[in-house]
Amino acid sequence: MGQTLAEQLLSRAAGHAVAAGEITLARVDRCLTQDGTGPLAVRRLEEAGMVQAANPAGTVLYLDHAAPSPRRELSNDHMLLREFAARVGCRLSEVGEGVCHQLMAEDHAAPGEVIIGADSHTCTAGALGAFATGMGSTDVAVGIALGMNWFRVPESFRVELSGEFSRGVYAKDVILALIGQIGADGATYKALEFGGPAVSRLAMDERLTMANMAVEAGAKVGLFPSDQETRRYLTEQGRGDAWQPLAADTDATYERVLRVDLGELEPVVACPHTVDNISLVQDVAGTPIQQVFIGSCTNGRISDLEVAAEILRGRRVHSGTRLIVVPASRRVYLEALDRGFLRIFVEAGGMVLAPGCGPCVGVHEGILGDGEASFNTSNRNFKGRLGNPEAFIYLGSPATAAATALRGRITDPREVLE
Amino acid sequence: MLLEGRVWRFGDNVDTDQIIPARYLNTTDPAELAAHCMEDADPEFPGKVRPGDILVAGRNFGCGSSREQAPLSLKAAGVACVVAASFARIFYRNAINIGLPIVECPEAAGAVAQGDRIAVDLGAGVLRAGEASFRVAPFPEFMQRIIAAGGLVPYTRQKLAKEVQDP
Repeated sequence: MGQTLAEQLLSRAAGHAVAAGEITLARVDRCLTQDGTGPLAVRRLEEAGMVQAANPAGTVLYLDHAAPSPRRELSNDHMLLREFAARVGCRLSEVGEGVCHQLMAEDHAAPGEVIIGADSHTCTAGALGAFATGMGSTDVAVGIALGMNWFRVPESFRVELSGEFSRGVYAKDVILALIGQIGADGATYKALEFGGPAVSRLAMDERLTMANMAVEAGAKVGLFPSDQETRRYLTEQGRGDAWQPLAADTDATYERVLRVDLGELEPVVACPHTVDNISLVQDVAGTPIQQVFIGSCTNGRISDLEVAAEILRGRRVHSGTRLIVVPASRRVYLEALDRGFLRIFVEAGGMVLAPGCGPCVGVHEGILGDGEASFNTSNRNFKGRLGNPEAFIYLGSPATAAATALRGRITDPREVLE
Repeated sequence: MLLEGRVWRFGDNVDTDQIIPARYLNTTDPAELAAHCMEDADPEFPGKVRPGDILVAGRNFGCGSSREQAPLSLKAAGVACVVAASFARIFYRNAINIGLPIVECPEAAGAVAQGDRIAVDLGAGVLRAGEASFRVAPFPEFMQRIIAAGGLVPYTRQKLAKEVQDP
Protein backbone atom coordinates (compact mmCIF):
# COMPACT_ATOMS: atom_id res chain seq x y z
CA MET A 1 0.00 0.00 0.00
CA GLY A 2 1.24 3.47 -0.81
CA GLN A 3 2.54 5.94 1.73
CA THR A 4 1.60 9.50 2.45
CA LEU A 5 4.46 11.99 2.41
CA ALA A 6 4.39 12.04 6.23
CA GLU A 7 4.72 8.25 6.33
CA GLN A 8 7.55 8.31 3.77
CA LEU A 9 9.54 10.90 5.68
CA LEU A 10 9.15 9.24 9.09
CA SER A 11 9.88 5.81 7.61
CA ARG A 12 13.20 7.08 6.28
CA ALA A 13 14.05 8.63 9.64
CA ALA A 14 12.98 5.53 11.59
CA GLY A 15 14.98 3.20 9.36
CA HIS A 16 11.97 1.00 8.67
CA ALA A 17 8.48 1.39 7.20
CA VAL A 18 5.98 3.00 9.57
CA ALA A 19 2.31 3.74 9.06
CA ALA A 20 -0.12 6.31 10.46
CA GLY A 21 -0.95 5.68 14.11
CA GLU A 22 2.34 3.98 15.00
CA ILE A 23 4.70 5.40 17.58
CA THR A 24 8.32 5.23 16.52
CA LEU A 25 11.76 6.44 17.41
CA ALA A 26 13.24 8.43 14.56
CA ARG A 27 16.43 10.24 13.64
CA VAL A 28 16.21 14.03 13.89
CA ASP A 29 18.28 15.94 11.32
CA ARG A 30 17.85 19.43 12.72
CA CYS A 31 16.81 21.03 15.98
CA LEU A 32 16.00 24.65 16.62
CA THR A 33 15.15 26.73 19.62
CA GLN A 34 14.43 30.43 19.95
CA ASP A 35 15.11 32.88 22.75
CA GLY A 36 11.77 32.24 24.49
CA THR A 37 12.17 28.46 24.61
CA GLY A 38 15.94 27.91 24.31
CA PRO A 39 16.92 28.80 27.89
CA LEU A 40 14.55 26.15 29.25
CA ALA A 41 15.98 23.56 26.84
CA VAL A 42 19.50 24.44 28.03
CA ARG A 43 18.43 24.07 31.69
CA ARG A 44 16.88 20.68 30.92
CA LEU A 45 20.14 19.48 29.39
CA GLU A 46 22.09 20.76 32.37
CA GLU A 47 19.71 19.04 34.82
CA ALA A 48 20.08 15.79 32.91
CA GLY A 49 23.86 16.05 32.70
CA MET A 50 23.61 15.98 28.89
CA VAL A 51 25.28 19.25 27.89
CA GLN A 52 25.99 18.02 24.39
CA ALA A 53 24.74 18.24 20.82
CA ALA A 54 24.61 15.00 18.84
CA ASN A 55 24.73 17.03 15.64
CA PRO A 56 26.15 20.51 16.31
CA ALA A 57 25.89 21.60 12.66
CA GLY A 58 22.20 20.70 12.64
CA THR A 59 21.42 22.53 15.87
CA VAL A 60 20.59 26.23 15.69
CA LEU A 61 19.71 28.52 18.59
CA TYR A 62 17.93 31.59 17.21
CA LEU A 63 17.68 34.99 18.90
CA ASP A 64 14.58 36.45 17.26
CA HIS A 65 11.59 36.74 19.59
CA ALA A 66 12.95 39.59 21.71
CA ALA A 67 15.60 40.96 19.42
CA PRO A 68 17.00 43.50 20.08
CA SER A 69 16.25 42.73 23.71
CA PRO A 70 13.92 45.11 25.54
CA ARG A 71 14.87 43.99 29.09
CA ARG A 72 17.91 42.88 31.07
CA GLU A 73 16.37 39.47 31.89
CA LEU A 74 15.98 38.72 28.19
CA SER A 75 19.49 40.02 27.48
CA ASN A 76 20.75 37.57 30.07
CA ASP A 77 18.82 34.76 28.34
CA HIS A 78 20.57 35.72 25.10
CA MET A 79 23.92 35.47 26.89
CA LEU A 80 22.99 32.03 28.24
CA LEU A 81 22.23 30.81 24.72
CA ARG A 82 25.43 32.27 23.28
CA GLU A 83 27.45 30.54 25.99
CA PHE A 84 25.69 27.21 25.42
CA ALA A 85 26.28 27.41 21.66
CA ALA A 86 29.97 28.08 22.25
CA ARG A 87 30.19 25.20 24.74
CA VAL A 88 28.64 22.50 22.52
CA GLY A 89 29.77 23.96 19.20
CA CYS A 90 26.31 24.37 17.71
CA ARG A 91 25.11 27.29 15.60
CA LEU A 92 23.79 30.54 17.01
CA SER A 93 21.73 32.97 14.96
CA GLU A 94 22.33 36.46 16.30
CA VAL A 95 19.97 39.32 17.00
CA GLY A 96 19.12 40.98 13.70
CA GLU A 97 19.60 37.95 11.44
CA GLY A 98 15.88 37.20 11.28
CA VAL A 99 13.03 34.89 12.25
CA CYS A 100 14.05 31.30 12.93
CA HIS A 101 11.64 29.72 10.44
CA GLN A 102 12.63 32.02 7.58
CA LEU A 103 16.33 31.38 8.24
CA MET A 104 15.73 27.64 8.55
CA ALA A 105 14.17 27.74 5.07
CA GLU A 106 16.88 29.95 3.56
CA ASP A 107 19.92 28.27 5.09
CA HIS A 108 19.23 24.76 6.32
CA ALA A 109 16.00 22.85 5.73
CA ALA A 110 16.06 20.31 2.92
CA PRO A 111 13.58 17.86 1.43
CA GLY A 112 13.50 14.53 3.27
CA GLU A 113 14.75 15.83 6.60
CA VAL A 114 13.15 15.60 10.03
CA ILE A 115 13.27 18.91 11.87
CA ILE A 116 12.02 19.58 15.39
CA GLY A 117 11.88 23.02 16.91
CA ALA A 118 10.88 24.54 20.21
CA ASP A 119 8.52 26.85 18.41
CA SER A 120 5.13 25.85 17.12
CA HIS A 121 5.70 27.37 13.67
CA THR A 122 8.60 25.01 12.98
CA CYS A 123 6.09 23.41 10.59
CA THR A 124 7.00 26.22 8.13
CA ALA A 125 9.81 24.07 6.68
CA GLY A 126 7.22 21.53 5.55
CA ALA A 127 7.03 23.78 2.48
CA LEU A 128 10.38 22.28 1.43
CA GLY A 129 9.23 18.68 1.89
CA ALA A 130 10.79 18.31 5.36
CA PHE A 131 8.93 16.67 8.24
CA ALA A 132 9.14 19.76 10.43
CA THR A 133 7.19 20.06 13.65
CA GLY A 134 7.03 22.09 16.82
CA MET A 135 7.63 20.61 20.25
CA GLY A 136 8.38 21.87 23.74
CA SER A 137 11.78 22.69 25.20
CA THR A 138 12.26 19.29 26.85
CA ASP A 139 11.48 17.37 23.65
CA VAL A 140 13.85 19.52 21.63
CA ALA A 141 16.51 19.25 24.33
CA VAL A 142 16.37 15.48 23.93
CA GLY A 143 16.62 15.91 20.15
CA ILE A 144 19.66 18.16 20.53
CA ALA A 145 21.46 15.79 22.90
CA LEU A 146 20.71 12.51 21.19
CA GLY A 147 19.79 13.33 17.60
CA MET A 148 16.53 11.45 17.91
CA ASN A 149 13.10 11.52 19.51
CA TRP A 150 9.80 9.68 19.44
CA PHE A 151 7.01 10.42 17.00
CA ARG A 152 3.47 9.30 16.53
CA VAL A 153 3.08 8.94 12.78
CA PRO A 154 0.18 11.24 11.90
CA GLU A 155 -2.78 10.46 9.72
CA SER A 156 -2.88 12.83 6.76
CA PHE A 157 -5.45 15.19 5.34
CA ARG A 158 -4.93 15.80 1.64
CA VAL A 159 -5.61 19.39 0.61
CA GLU A 160 -6.29 19.30 -3.11
CA LEU A 161 -5.63 22.72 -4.65
CA SER A 162 -6.92 23.66 -8.09
CA GLY A 163 -7.61 26.81 -10.08
CA GLU A 164 -5.82 30.16 -10.13
CA PHE A 165 -5.94 33.11 -7.77
CA SER A 166 -8.30 35.95 -8.58
CA ARG A 167 -7.01 39.50 -8.23
CA GLY A 168 -6.40 40.51 -4.60
CA VAL A 169 -6.31 36.92 -3.30
CA TYR A 170 -3.11 35.35 -1.96
CA ALA A 171 -1.71 32.26 -0.23
CA LYS A 172 -2.61 33.78 3.14
CA ASP A 173 -6.27 33.88 2.14
CA VAL A 174 -6.11 30.20 1.16
CA ILE A 175 -4.75 29.01 4.48
CA LEU A 176 -7.01 31.30 6.52
CA ALA A 177 -10.07 30.11 4.59
CA LEU A 178 -9.00 26.49 5.13
CA ILE A 179 -8.57 27.02 8.89
CA GLY A 180 -11.96 28.73 8.97
CA GLN A 181 -13.47 25.73 7.24
CA ILE A 182 -12.00 22.97 9.43
CA GLY A 183 -11.56 24.93 12.68
CA ALA A 184 -8.65 25.71 15.01
CA ASP A 185 -8.57 22.05 16.09
CA GLY A 186 -9.78 20.58 12.80
CA ALA A 187 -6.48 18.89 12.04
CA THR A 188 -5.17 18.22 15.56
CA TYR A 189 -2.40 15.57 15.49
CA LYS A 190 -2.75 15.28 11.68
CA ALA A 191 -0.49 16.09 8.75
CA LEU A 192 -1.84 18.53 6.19
CA GLU A 193 -0.50 17.46 2.79
CA PHE A 194 -0.96 19.98 0.00
CA GLY A 195 -1.37 18.62 -3.50
CA GLY A 196 -3.35 18.98 -6.68
CA PRO A 197 -2.85 20.74 -10.00
CA ALA A 198 -2.33 24.22 -8.49
CA VAL A 199 0.59 23.22 -6.25
CA SER A 200 3.25 23.38 -8.96
CA ARG A 201 2.22 27.00 -9.62
CA LEU A 202 2.68 28.06 -5.99
CA ALA A 203 5.99 29.80 -5.36
CA MET A 204 8.08 28.80 -2.34
CA ASP A 205 7.16 32.04 -0.53
CA GLU A 206 3.49 31.08 -0.87
CA ARG A 207 4.11 27.50 0.26
CA LEU A 208 5.99 28.75 3.32
CA THR A 209 3.01 30.96 4.26
CA MET A 210 0.63 28.02 4.04
CA ALA A 211 2.83 25.43 5.79
CA ASN A 212 3.53 27.99 8.53
CA MET A 213 -0.11 28.13 9.54
CA ALA A 214 -0.81 24.37 9.51
CA VAL A 215 -0.45 24.44 13.31
CA GLU A 216 -3.27 26.98 13.52
CA ALA A 217 -5.59 24.12 12.56
CA GLY A 218 -3.85 21.92 15.14
CA ALA A 219 -1.78 20.04 12.57
CA LYS A 220 1.58 18.50 13.39
CA VAL A 221 3.05 19.34 10.01
CA GLY A 222 2.05 21.04 6.74
CA LEU A 223 3.75 19.29 3.83
CA PHE A 224 4.37 20.21 0.21
CA PRO A 225 5.93 17.87 -2.34
CA SER A 226 9.52 18.62 -3.31
CA ASP A 227 9.37 19.61 -6.98
CA GLN A 228 10.96 21.94 -9.53
CA GLU A 229 9.93 24.99 -7.52
CA THR A 230 11.69 23.51 -4.47
CA ARG A 231 14.75 22.99 -6.63
CA ARG A 232 14.58 26.57 -7.94
CA TYR A 233 14.31 27.96 -4.41
CA LEU A 234 17.18 25.88 -3.04
CA THR A 235 19.34 26.82 -6.00
CA GLU A 236 18.54 30.49 -5.40
CA GLN A 237 19.72 30.06 -1.81
CA GLY A 238 22.95 28.45 -3.04
CA ARG A 239 21.86 24.99 -1.86
CA GLY A 240 20.76 23.32 -5.10
CA ASP A 241 22.57 20.11 -4.13
CA ALA A 242 20.19 19.65 -1.19
CA TRP A 243 17.30 19.03 -3.60
CA GLN A 244 15.68 15.68 -4.18
CA PRO A 245 12.22 15.01 -5.59
CA LEU A 246 9.59 13.84 -3.12
CA ALA A 247 5.88 13.22 -3.38
CA ALA A 248 3.24 11.11 -1.70
CA ASP A 249 2.53 7.79 -3.38
CA THR A 250 -0.46 8.02 -5.68
CA ASP A 251 -2.22 5.22 -3.77
CA ALA A 252 -1.59 6.68 -0.31
CA THR A 253 -4.45 6.59 2.20
CA TYR A 254 -5.82 9.87 3.53
CA GLU A 255 -8.14 10.32 6.48
CA ARG A 256 -9.83 13.19 4.74
CA VAL A 257 -9.61 15.01 1.41
CA LEU A 258 -10.33 18.73 1.27
CA ARG A 259 -10.72 20.51 -2.06
CA VAL A 260 -9.96 24.18 -2.56
CA ASP A 261 -10.52 26.01 -5.85
CA LEU A 262 -8.23 29.03 -5.59
CA GLY A 263 -10.35 30.86 -8.14
CA GLU A 264 -13.38 30.81 -5.87
CA LEU A 265 -11.61 32.46 -2.91
CA GLU A 266 -11.95 36.09 -1.88
CA PRO A 267 -9.79 38.13 0.52
CA VAL A 268 -10.48 37.01 4.10
CA VAL A 269 -9.55 38.11 7.59
CA ALA A 270 -9.28 36.26 10.92
CA CYS A 271 -11.15 38.31 13.51
CA PRO A 272 -10.37 38.41 17.26
CA HIS A 273 -9.57 36.20 19.21
CA THR A 274 -9.18 32.91 17.32
CA VAL A 275 -7.57 32.15 13.97
CA ASP A 276 -10.61 30.21 12.78
CA ASN A 277 -12.90 33.22 13.25
CA ILE A 278 -12.84 33.98 9.52
CA SER A 279 -14.83 36.66 7.71
CA LEU A 280 -14.70 38.00 4.18
CA VAL A 281 -12.78 41.27 4.21
CA GLN A 282 -15.80 43.00 2.70
CA ASP A 283 -17.93 41.90 5.67
CA VAL A 284 -15.68 43.62 8.24
CA ALA A 285 -14.52 46.48 6.00
CA GLY A 286 -14.53 49.82 7.80
CA THR A 287 -13.37 48.48 11.20
CA PRO A 288 -10.95 51.13 12.58
CA ILE A 289 -7.32 49.97 12.89
CA GLN A 290 -4.64 51.81 14.87
CA GLN A 291 -1.65 49.64 13.92
CA VAL A 292 -0.68 47.57 10.89
CA PHE A 293 2.14 45.02 11.13
CA ILE A 294 3.58 43.58 7.91
CA GLY A 295 6.15 40.87 8.64
CA SER A 296 6.67 37.58 10.54
CA CYS A 297 7.50 34.01 9.54
CA THR A 298 4.09 33.93 7.86
CA ASN A 299 4.32 36.97 5.59
CA GLY A 300 7.63 38.81 5.99
CA ARG A 301 9.23 37.58 2.78
CA ILE A 302 10.28 39.57 -0.27
CA SER A 303 7.16 38.81 -2.28
CA ASP A 304 5.03 39.96 0.67
CA LEU A 305 6.93 43.24 0.95
CA GLU A 306 6.68 43.65 -2.83
CA VAL A 307 2.88 43.40 -2.79
CA ALA A 308 2.65 45.88 0.10
CA ALA A 309 5.11 48.28 -1.55
CA GLU A 310 3.15 48.25 -4.80
CA ILE A 311 0.06 49.34 -2.90
CA LEU A 312 1.83 51.95 -0.76
CA ARG A 313 4.04 53.44 -3.50
CA GLY A 314 3.57 57.21 -3.58
CA ARG A 315 0.77 57.10 -1.02
CA ARG A 316 0.50 57.99 2.67
CA VAL A 317 -0.49 55.77 5.58
CA HIS A 318 -3.65 57.06 7.30
CA SER A 319 -2.92 59.64 10.00
CA GLY A 320 -4.53 57.59 12.78
CA THR A 321 -2.62 54.40 11.94
CA ARG A 322 0.95 53.26 12.62
CA LEU A 323 2.58 51.00 10.00
CA ILE A 324 5.33 48.65 11.19
CA VAL A 325 7.24 46.61 8.59
CA VAL A 326 9.62 43.86 9.69
CA PRO A 327 11.50 41.91 6.98
CA ALA A 328 11.73 38.26 8.04
CA SER A 329 15.48 38.00 7.51
CA ARG A 330 18.57 40.04 6.72
CA ARG A 331 18.50 38.68 3.17
CA VAL A 332 14.92 39.85 2.73
CA TYR A 333 15.81 43.22 4.28
CA LEU A 334 18.72 43.76 1.89
CA GLU A 335 16.70 42.80 -1.16
CA ALA A 336 13.86 45.08 -0.08
CA LEU A 337 16.43 47.82 0.40
CA ASP A 338 17.93 47.27 -3.05
CA ARG A 339 14.53 47.20 -4.73
CA GLY A 340 13.37 50.41 -3.05
CA PHE A 341 10.57 48.86 -1.01
CA LEU A 342 11.87 50.12 2.33
CA ARG A 343 12.01 53.67 1.00
CA ILE A 344 8.39 53.34 -0.13
CA PHE A 345 7.32 52.23 3.37
CA VAL A 346 9.20 55.02 5.11
CA GLU A 347 8.04 57.70 2.66
CA ALA A 348 4.49 56.49 3.21
CA GLY A 349 4.92 57.19 6.92
CA GLY A 350 5.73 53.65 8.07
CA MET A 351 8.56 52.26 10.19
CA VAL A 352 10.98 49.48 9.21
CA LEU A 353 12.34 47.47 12.14
CA ALA A 354 15.20 44.98 12.40
CA PRO A 355 14.66 41.47 11.01
CA GLY A 356 13.08 39.25 13.67
CA CYS A 357 9.67 38.42 15.08
CA GLY A 358 8.77 42.06 15.62
CA PRO A 359 5.42 42.76 17.28
CA CYS A 360 4.04 39.24 16.58
CA VAL A 361 4.61 37.78 20.02
CA GLY A 362 3.95 40.85 22.19
CA VAL A 363 7.29 41.00 23.98
CA HIS A 364 8.55 44.23 22.45
CA GLU A 365 7.93 46.54 19.49
CA GLY A 366 4.36 47.61 18.94
CA ILE A 367 2.48 46.59 22.08
CA LEU A 368 -1.10 47.83 21.76
CA GLY A 369 -3.03 50.15 24.08
CA ASP A 370 -6.36 49.27 25.72
CA GLY A 371 -9.09 48.92 23.14
CA GLU A 372 -6.74 49.37 20.18
CA ALA A 373 -6.91 47.13 17.13
CA SER A 374 -4.04 45.88 15.00
CA PHE A 375 -4.11 44.34 11.52
CA ASN A 376 -1.26 41.82 11.20
CA THR A 377 0.13 39.61 8.48
CA SER A 378 1.33 37.20 11.19
CA ASN A 379 -0.32 33.96 12.28
CA ARG A 380 -2.01 34.48 15.67
CA ASN A 381 -4.70 36.81 16.95
CA PHE A 382 -5.04 35.34 20.43
CA LYS A 383 -6.18 37.57 23.25
CA GLY A 384 -3.11 39.26 24.71
CA ARG A 385 -0.86 38.20 21.86
CA LEU A 386 0.33 41.75 21.21
CA GLY A 387 1.09 42.27 24.89
CA ASN A 388 -2.34 43.51 25.95
CA PRO A 389 -5.41 41.37 26.65
CA GLU A 390 -7.58 44.50 26.20
CA ALA A 391 -6.57 44.82 22.53
CA PHE A 392 -7.86 43.27 19.29
CA ILE A 393 -5.94 41.58 16.47
CA TYR A 394 -7.04 40.89 12.89
CA LEU A 395 -5.03 38.72 10.49
CA GLY A 396 -4.86 38.91 6.72
CA SER A 397 -2.65 39.10 3.65
CA PRO A 398 0.04 41.74 3.09
CA ALA A 399 -2.18 43.31 0.40
CA THR A 400 -5.11 43.63 2.79
CA ALA A 401 -2.75 44.97 5.46
CA ALA A 402 -1.33 47.62 3.12
CA ALA A 403 -4.79 48.66 1.95
CA THR A 404 -5.88 48.86 5.59
CA ALA A 405 -2.87 51.03 6.47
CA LEU A 406 -3.83 53.49 3.73
CA ARG A 407 -7.41 53.91 4.89
CA GLY A 408 -7.00 53.40 8.66
CA ARG A 409 -9.77 50.85 8.58
CA ILE A 410 -10.05 47.33 7.25
CA THR A 411 -10.07 47.65 3.47
CA ASP A 412 -10.51 45.19 0.63
CA PRO A 413 -7.20 45.24 -1.29
CA ARG A 414 -9.07 45.12 -4.60
CA GLU A 415 -10.15 48.72 -3.92
CA VAL A 416 -6.58 50.02 -3.96
CA LEU A 417 -4.70 47.64 -6.28
CA GLU A 418 -3.61 49.35 -9.49
CA MET B 1 -3.39 8.26 41.54
CA LEU B 2 -6.57 9.90 42.91
CA LEU B 3 -6.87 13.64 42.43
CA GLU B 4 -9.73 15.44 44.11
CA GLY B 5 -10.28 19.15 43.83
CA ARG B 6 -12.31 22.24 43.13
CA VAL B 7 -13.12 23.08 39.51
CA TRP B 8 -12.08 26.16 37.52
CA ARG B 9 -14.10 26.28 34.29
CA PHE B 10 -12.72 27.59 31.00
CA GLY B 11 -14.06 27.43 27.46
CA ASP B 12 -12.75 26.22 24.10
CA ASN B 13 -9.40 27.18 22.53
CA VAL B 14 -7.58 28.25 25.70
CA ASP B 15 -4.25 29.06 24.03
CA THR B 16 -0.81 29.09 25.62
CA ASP B 17 -0.66 32.90 25.32
CA GLN B 18 -3.55 32.97 27.80
CA ILE B 19 -2.00 30.31 30.04
CA ILE B 20 1.27 32.24 30.30
CA PRO B 21 1.73 35.38 28.18
CA ALA B 22 4.99 35.72 26.23
CA ARG B 23 5.95 38.79 28.27
CA TYR B 24 6.72 36.46 31.21
CA LEU B 25 8.77 33.92 29.28
CA ASN B 26 12.08 35.17 30.58
CA THR B 27 11.74 33.06 33.68
CA THR B 28 11.43 29.42 34.61
CA ASP B 29 11.03 30.35 38.29
CA PRO B 30 7.91 28.43 39.38
CA ALA B 31 6.68 31.17 41.74
CA GLU B 32 6.86 33.83 39.05
CA LEU B 33 5.21 31.64 36.42
CA ALA B 34 2.45 30.84 38.92
CA ALA B 35 1.92 34.53 39.67
CA HIS B 36 0.87 35.16 36.05
CA CYS B 37 -0.78 31.83 35.21
CA MET B 38 -4.02 32.27 33.22
CA GLU B 39 -4.08 36.00 33.98
CA ASP B 40 -5.10 37.05 30.46
CA ALA B 41 -8.02 34.60 30.57
CA ASP B 42 -9.09 35.40 34.15
CA PRO B 43 -7.14 38.08 36.05
CA GLU B 44 -8.39 36.68 39.38
CA PHE B 45 -7.06 33.18 38.72
CA PRO B 46 -3.47 33.58 39.98
CA GLY B 47 -4.65 35.07 43.27
CA LYS B 48 -7.45 32.62 43.92
CA VAL B 49 -6.24 29.25 42.64
CA ARG B 50 -5.41 26.81 45.47
CA PRO B 51 -3.16 23.75 45.42
CA GLY B 52 -5.15 20.75 44.25
CA ASP B 53 -7.61 22.71 42.10
CA ILE B 54 -8.58 21.17 38.78
CA LEU B 55 -9.01 23.01 35.47
CA VAL B 56 -11.87 21.86 33.28
CA ALA B 57 -11.94 23.26 29.75
CA GLY B 58 -13.49 22.67 26.36
CA ARG B 59 -11.86 21.77 23.07
CA ASN B 60 -8.29 22.41 21.97
CA PHE B 61 -6.81 23.31 25.35
CA GLY B 62 -3.22 24.54 25.06
CA CYS B 63 -3.31 25.46 21.39
CA GLY B 64 -0.80 27.91 19.96
CA SER B 65 2.77 28.49 21.01
CA SER B 66 4.96 25.52 21.96
CA ARG B 67 6.04 27.21 25.20
CA GLU B 68 6.60 24.57 27.86
CA GLN B 69 6.22 27.32 30.45
CA ALA B 70 2.44 26.87 29.92
CA PRO B 71 2.11 23.48 31.68
CA LEU B 72 4.93 24.51 34.03
CA SER B 73 2.96 27.56 35.18
CA LEU B 74 -0.18 25.48 35.78
CA LYS B 75 1.81 22.95 37.77
CA ALA B 76 3.53 25.73 39.73
CA ALA B 77 0.17 27.34 40.49
CA GLY B 78 -0.83 24.10 42.19
CA VAL B 79 -3.22 22.84 39.53
CA ALA B 80 -3.48 19.10 40.14
CA CYS B 81 -4.93 18.11 36.80
CA VAL B 82 -6.35 19.57 33.59
CA VAL B 83 -9.49 17.97 32.18
CA ALA B 84 -10.49 19.04 28.67
CA ALA B 85 -12.67 17.90 25.82
CA SER B 86 -9.46 17.79 23.76
CA PHE B 87 -5.87 19.01 23.92
CA ALA B 88 -3.63 20.59 21.32
CA ARG B 89 -0.77 18.32 20.31
CA ILE B 90 2.29 20.19 21.59
CA PHE B 91 0.69 20.98 24.97
CA TYR B 92 -0.20 17.30 25.37
CA ARG B 93 3.42 16.24 24.89
CA ASN B 94 4.73 19.03 27.08
CA ALA B 95 2.38 18.15 29.95
CA ILE B 96 3.55 14.53 29.92
CA ASN B 97 7.18 15.60 29.69
CA ILE B 98 6.95 17.79 32.79
CA GLY B 99 4.59 15.54 34.79
CA LEU B 100 1.34 17.54 34.76
CA PRO B 101 -1.60 15.10 34.77
CA ILE B 102 -4.03 15.78 31.91
CA VAL B 103 -7.22 13.95 31.07
CA GLU B 104 -9.28 14.01 27.89
CA CYS B 105 -12.99 13.69 28.70
CA PRO B 106 -15.50 15.55 26.49
CA GLU B 107 -18.47 14.33 28.55
CA ALA B 108 -17.12 15.70 31.83
CA ALA B 109 -16.05 18.93 30.14
CA GLY B 110 -19.69 19.48 29.26
CA ALA B 111 -21.10 18.48 32.64
CA VAL B 112 -19.16 20.20 35.43
CA ALA B 113 -19.38 23.82 36.59
CA GLN B 114 -17.12 26.37 38.24
CA GLY B 115 -16.64 25.51 41.91
CA ASP B 116 -17.82 21.88 41.65
CA ARG B 117 -15.72 19.28 43.40
CA ILE B 118 -14.60 16.43 41.20
CA ALA B 119 -12.33 13.43 41.59
CA VAL B 120 -10.09 11.99 38.89
CA ASP B 121 -8.80 8.46 39.37
CA LEU B 122 -5.99 8.22 36.81
CA GLY B 123 -5.27 4.56 37.49
CA ALA B 124 -8.88 3.41 37.14
CA GLY B 125 -9.59 5.87 34.31
CA VAL B 126 -12.66 7.34 36.01
CA LEU B 127 -13.75 10.92 36.67
CA ARG B 128 -16.46 11.46 39.33
CA ALA B 129 -18.54 14.62 39.59
CA GLY B 130 -21.25 14.37 42.24
CA GLU B 131 -23.44 11.41 41.32
CA ALA B 132 -22.11 11.21 37.79
CA SER B 133 -19.07 9.28 36.72
CA PHE B 134 -17.28 9.32 33.39
CA ARG B 135 -14.73 7.05 31.74
CA VAL B 136 -11.51 8.77 30.72
CA ALA B 137 -9.23 7.43 28.05
CA PRO B 138 -5.99 5.97 29.42
CA PHE B 139 -2.67 7.23 28.04
CA PRO B 140 -1.15 5.10 25.32
CA GLU B 141 1.26 2.57 26.81
CA PHE B 142 4.34 4.35 25.47
CA MET B 143 3.37 7.55 27.26
CA GLN B 144 2.58 5.68 30.47
CA ARG B 145 6.19 4.51 30.46
CA ILE B 146 7.40 8.11 30.14
CA ILE B 147 5.13 9.14 33.03
CA ALA B 148 6.29 6.19 35.14
CA ALA B 149 9.91 7.18 34.55
CA GLY B 150 9.16 10.68 35.84
CA GLY B 151 9.15 12.53 32.53
CA LEU B 152 10.96 12.49 29.22
CA VAL B 153 14.42 13.40 30.46
CA PRO B 154 14.71 10.55 32.98
CA TYR B 155 13.05 8.20 30.48
CA THR B 156 15.54 9.25 27.86
CA ARG B 157 18.48 8.72 30.13
CA GLN B 158 17.23 5.24 30.99
CA LYS B 159 16.16 4.05 27.58
CA LEU B 160 16.86 6.20 24.56
CA ALA B 161 20.48 6.78 25.48
CA LYS B 162 21.00 3.04 25.83
CA GLU B 163 19.44 2.39 22.43
CA VAL B 164 21.60 5.04 20.81
CA GLN B 165 24.72 3.34 22.13
CA ASP B 166 23.45 -0.20 21.70
CA PRO B 167 20.73 -0.27 19.03
